[in-house]
Amino acid sequence: MPPVNLREALRQAIDEEMARDDRVFLMGEEVAHYQGAYKVSQGLLQKYGERRIIDTPIAEAGFAGIGIGAAMVGLRPIVEFMTWNFSLVAFDQIVNNAAKMHSMSGGHFHVPIVFRGPGGAAHNLAATHSQALESIYAHVPGLKVVMPSTCEDAKGLLKTSIRDENPVIFIESEVMYGDKGEIPEGEYTIPLGVGKKVREGKDITIVSWAKVLAHVTTKAVAELVQEGIDVELIDPRTIKPMDYDLIVDSVKKTNRLVIVEEGWPFAGVGAQISHEVTNRAFDYLDSPVERVTQEDVPLPYAHNLEAASLPSIEKIIRASKKVLYAD
Amino acid sequence: MAVAVKMPKLSDTMTEGVILKWLKKEGEKVTQGDIIVEIESDKADMELEAFDTGTLRKIVVPEGGKAPIGSLIAVIGEPSEDISSVLASASMANVESQAAPAQKPPLAAASAPQVMSEPASTAPAPKGQPTDGRIKASPLAKRLASEHKLTIQSIPGSGPLGRVIKRDIEAALSGKIPLTPTSQVITPGTAEEVSLSPIRKTIAKRMAESKQSAPHFYVTIEADMDAAIAFRNQLNNVFEAKISFTDIIIKACASALMRHPQVNATFLGDKMRQHHYVHIGVAVALEDGLVTPILRNCEQKGIGRINQELRDLVDRARNRKLKPDEYQGATFTISNLGMFGVEDFVAIINPPEGAILAVGAILEKPVVKDGHVVVGHTMRVTLSSDHRIIDGAIAARFLQDLKKMLENPAALVSIT
Repeated sequence: MPPVNLREALRQAIDEEMARDDRVFLMGEEVAHYQGAYKVSQGLLQKYGERRIIDTPIAEAGFAGIGIGAAMVGLRPIVEFMTWNFSLVAFDQIVNNAAKMHSMSGGHFHVPIVFRGPGGAAHNLAATHSQALESIYAHVPGLKVVMPSTCEDAKGLLKTSIRDENPVIFIESEVMYGDKGEIPEGEYTIPLGVGKKVREGKDITIVSWAKVLAHVTTKAVAELVQEGIDVELIDPRTIKPMDYDLIVDSVKKTNRLVIVEEGWPFAGVGAQISHEVTNRAFDYLDSPVERVTQEDVPLPYAHNLEAASLPSIEKIIRASKKVLYAD
Repeated sequence: MAVAVKMPKLSDTMTEGVILKWLKKEGEKVTQGDIIVEIESDKADMELEAFDTGTLRKIVVPEGGKAPIGSLIAVIGEPSEDISSVLASASMANVESQAAPAQKPPLAAASAPQVMSEPASTAPAPKGQPTDGRIKASPLAKRLASEHKLTIQSIPGSGPLGRVIKRDIEAALSGKIPLTPTSQVITPGTAEEVSLSPIRKTIAKRMAESKQSAPHFYVTIEADMDAAIAFRNQLNNVFEAKISFTDIIIKACASALMRHPQVNATFLGDKMRQHHYVHIGVAVALEDGLVTPILRNCEQKGIGRINQELRDLVDRARNRKLKPDEYQGATFTISNLGMFGVEDFVAIINPPEGAILAVGAILEKPVVKDGHVVVGHTMRVTLSSDHRIIDGAIAARFLQDLKKMLENPAALVSIT
């Protein structure tokens, strides 16, 4: 099967799930007649019609709430945010209704909904349109957070997310929609909460995910391997639930850990992983866990400052050598 | 009325102290009993309480400065009181002591409080050097060291601030010398002057005095340790303890010393004092010297208790938390370098004690038993004795008994 790009992989997932289950529908800004702001939903209006591919007004709180209500009464909505930055307008709906309804209704209502769209920085979109919000959503009990780094994972994980009985935050990346990758023939799904060992190694464990993994960390790893450092690279794929076992087992082997994420440092996903590893593999650590994150500033617009703020190959190599005492 | 705060004498051998930290600022109120300053003596770091209530008017010796005992380090008085007379009388006293050094013991001979310009222990240490007495090691290194029964203190750390890390343990296990032996930044071809810490100065003075005044002689004996090894294993199999060979050697020495009071003696010039109790000093290596915490009345204590007390003393010795009475007044000293694989060595007597025992490693060796060469485990110990009070035969008889105790360790368990 020829490689597909990420938007095609995501479309296949939505298409297959809509064909499989007529309760599934897609809703969001420009998803229907414009064929999707990033063309993820191209062709779906023609195939499923306006009842199931629904253009909404620019009113995230409203359509997120409508989606949650629809999910509570038995439908399985996919709500697309043009970017995750705009989800902040719908934050109350997601955090207070989607995440908590199952618990607060004593189990009477499930909210089987997927909120999806691109997150993180692209290029020169400045502070309010470049945010990596995964740690904020992962903080909330009741939400699952999924962040694929490959086409194969994106399709398999999105299908599982749509079938999940609970709300799933599914974060893609604008700069990855054109990335090409092989996907398996035929029907497949990938379970949530199961990470993937991208590369086996014995000297150092690097944990990274989504765009920063695909576009930055893998390049840094290639350079480290070139220098003779045998890196074990782990993609958790799901931020919550996090596959701690995979990471802890790896650290027990390599004794050193670097976590690379696009979000800000304070209370970031890496901080949580670091805590878990320090607890469960304390006696196996030969150096303090290092993190590479975005700098703790609103992301600048200027290209040079934007690059300086985000995780880079240089920063990852520096952190890796630090935990190896090779700096 | 304004009163002088003077450098206290915190140990018998202290001649001067270093101000580590002022806990009160000039102008701050102090109440009698408040801890106002931390002082480093030649033996330990100690806190000084205020003997008076008032306002800390003047700090004469700043942090990092050193001052001889009895010299003015601060003034406590009323907020607006004139303290010039206290300051003046203090400097007069120092002038006097300078003018008549012959009449004063050398302790007070130093001039007015000197302020060291070199960094003292409170100044930030250069990168790569340990900043305190703590042994730094990664959790993995600690686990590996304990799995391989290595003492982490003896392994040089190559990580930041001297942290012992995995590669250091691996180097120690392989018996290889690490590429960078210390974490200090060393420029080849240069030399540097390192000022002596108070503890280093004390060691220098006392060891030179000992070797110059006490005529040392040395007697070595080798003990078969197979029984002691089995004895230790038996104890550790039954009790929730980690009895060490040092614990067993201390107990064996205590038993032998009670039988040989001439060895358990101190030299007092025109007489000697033979002790009918055994206070054993155990040499503990520190970053910049050594200290000998004392296990008192070892003759009355079982091996388990010796183990517990020694563990606590060694811990606090490494953290410089010993009180003066915990390192003064031994009747005999043991120095053990066995953990470094040293077969035998000779030690310098710690005066006024009459003898010191230097303990080597337990080595696996061919030995002759009943006319056959077999694999045995032997340990060599060397007694350094002060010939002014101990003769060769006395030393030899003591060692003979000590050997017997070590080779028949059941005798170390109280049977009465």
